[in-house]
Amino acid sequence: MQCELDIFFLEAVLNGLLLAGLLALLALGLNLVFGVIDVVWICYAELVMVGMYGINYAYKTGAPFVVAALFGILLVAFAGLLLHQLVIRPVLESAPINQLLVTGGVLFVLQAAATLAFGIDFKTLGIRLGSLNIYDMSFAYSRIITFAVASAAMLVLWLFLSRSYIGIAIRAIAQDRQIMPLMGVDHRTIYLVTSAIGGGLAGLAAVLMVLQYDIYPQIGQQFGPLIFMICVLGGLGSMIGGFIAAFLISEFIAIGGSCFATEWGYAIAFLFFMIVIFIRPQGLFGGKA
Amino acid sequence: MMRLSRSALIGLAVLIALPFLIRFFFAGSERYYLHLLIQIFIWAFIYTGWSIMGRFGLTSLGHGAFTGIGAYGCVLLWNYVGLTPWFGIPIAIVAAVLVALLVGYPCFHLRITGHYFALLTLALTEFVRLCIVGLRDYTGGSLGTQPKRYGDGFSLYALQFETDRVISFYIALALWLAGLVVWMWVDRSMDRYALEAASQDEEAAASVGIDVTREKLKVTAISAAMCALGGAVYGQYQMYIGPDTIAGLGVSLNIVFAVIAGGLWVMLGPTVGAVFTQVLSEVLRVTIQSTAGLQSAFGSSVLALDTLIYGLLLVLFIIYMPKGILGTILERREKKSASARAAPANAV
Repeated sequence: MQCELDIFFLEAVLNGLLLAGLLALLALGLNLVFGVIDVVWICYAELVMVGMYGINYAYKTGAPFVVAALFGILLVAFAGLLLHQLVIRPVLESAPINQLLVTGGVLFVLQAAATLAFGIDFKTLGIRLGSLNIYDMSFAYSRIITFAVASAAMLVLWLFLSRSYIGIAIRAIAQDRQIMPLMGVDHRTIYLVTSAIGGGLAGLAAVLMVLQYDIYPQIGQQFGPLIFMICVLGGLGSMIGGFIAAFLISEFIAIGGSCFATEWGYAIAFLFFMIVIFIRPQGLFGGKA
Repeated sequence: MMRLSRSALIGLAVLIALPFLIRFFFAGSERYYLHLLIQIFIWAFIYTGWSIMGRFGLTSLGHGAFTGIGAYGCVLLWNYVGLTPWFGIPIAIVAAVLVALLVGYPCFHLRITGHYFALLTLALTEFVRLCIVGLRDYTGGSLGTQPKRYGDGFSLYALQFETDRVISFYIALALWLAGLVVWMWVDRSMDRYALEAASQDEEAAASVGIDVTREKLKVTAISAAMCALGGAVYGQYQMYIGPDTIAGLGVSLNIVFAVIAGGLWVMLGPTVGAVFTQVLSEVLRVTIQSTAGLQSAFGSSVLALDTLIYGLLLVLFIIYMPKGILGTILERREKKSASARAAPANAV
């Protein structure tokens, strides 16, 4: 236990901030799908895993990283599209419990398929970017790039949702599912576009994650619950809320992890989440739930 | 009290005689078949416990926490305090119920339902699992732990019956029957009508004088207690508990899936779900292990094939058979008998 307000504490805080960028990006895609289609993709982190394997595969076959990254993003965007068309659409009218669980079934399928295709051993791209050293602190460049790209992606998405026609239609559907079809917005198209964007964001997260983490079939379990928590904590539909929630959660993880053991950082984050939801059920920045 | 139909009595007699039938017909692999049956009964009990609140629209992904508290509570009290499971299990159950009420009360009071409730209870499961892993000095961390063996592994005092599976079978059978009795008891109580009303429209239910929070807390407590008991018995039977086998999100999801596959709204639905999932995973495991072609194609990761098929079936089930196996069968039979009754009337 070494919890003093020294330079290492500051390092933990700043590393937490960098982690927040990635988590916020992860939560963003799920938040978008949840807000628009009103379905939780329990398998969201598994889509990211699929993207990571896709990038790894493309990179190992000799494609430059940028091409592999693009391939990964498109792959997961397509996976999101398929997920909606094949799995979500048939259950759109059924009970919410079934919608939640059907994607849970997909979670098992994706995890098992990845194990069958690539084995259980850890895979890595082998790209080393080094790290930035200031005073006694060290920050991996991969984390800094992640933070920058994630922030840029959030800005682009925000511009898209507030400026473009489809973006505005997406937000309108999220506000009122019944009225919008009467206004001439085809909700099926909107759902498909949203699923593809949600998948694309998962793909982008995958691009950033292959730079930092090893790839293995169960990696989704490490991130999945965190992403749901951030989504709900931030308040659905609130992108700023999502970012602040991601920041809070990752600080708990980073500081808790540096003071105690890693699990305790996570455990405190989950406890914090439950307490906040009891105080503000609609999330930190959500409107009326 | 309830009267049992003739088919129920015959079924019960067959179940009681089952160990002897197995000994007679499958003498060589008696322990294996008993093991399969015990697993089915214990999980069927846990699934029934979940369905007691699940059927009222309270989709909890937090029951992996309760099975975990039950199993770990009992084993840790035995290993470190020396307390017999006769006291350890009740204490663990009380702990699980307290946690359930502590999380349930704000949830129900604030009307947290649907996706939010599912995600919140998911956080509870993760929290408990992380605590178990974090307390690795006592719990063995992610490797799991074992209850200390007492004597030669057969003791009523320590509730350990490693050497005699027939006794474990009857314990599991009794547990399962008790679960069904609780299910029927809830099904016939006034609470059921109150809760069904609340699951349709909470505001309306509250406006006719139903204390929705209180009703929900009642079934939550019963449900958590059953899952904790099931978890504890599972630990005593297996003589091993691990954070992934008896606690955690995987367990929560398996519970929910099995119940959905079997049928959420009928009494024996969770049991059918348990039979289905356990038999399926056994059959897949055995088939996969005995198929040389698959082995050479996938190597050691071939074991994931059964998860793949399991997941695919679940997706198909939820899309095409949302009422579950038993629910669908019963519905078909009802329709058939309804049309059979209608047909003669038309003929005349």
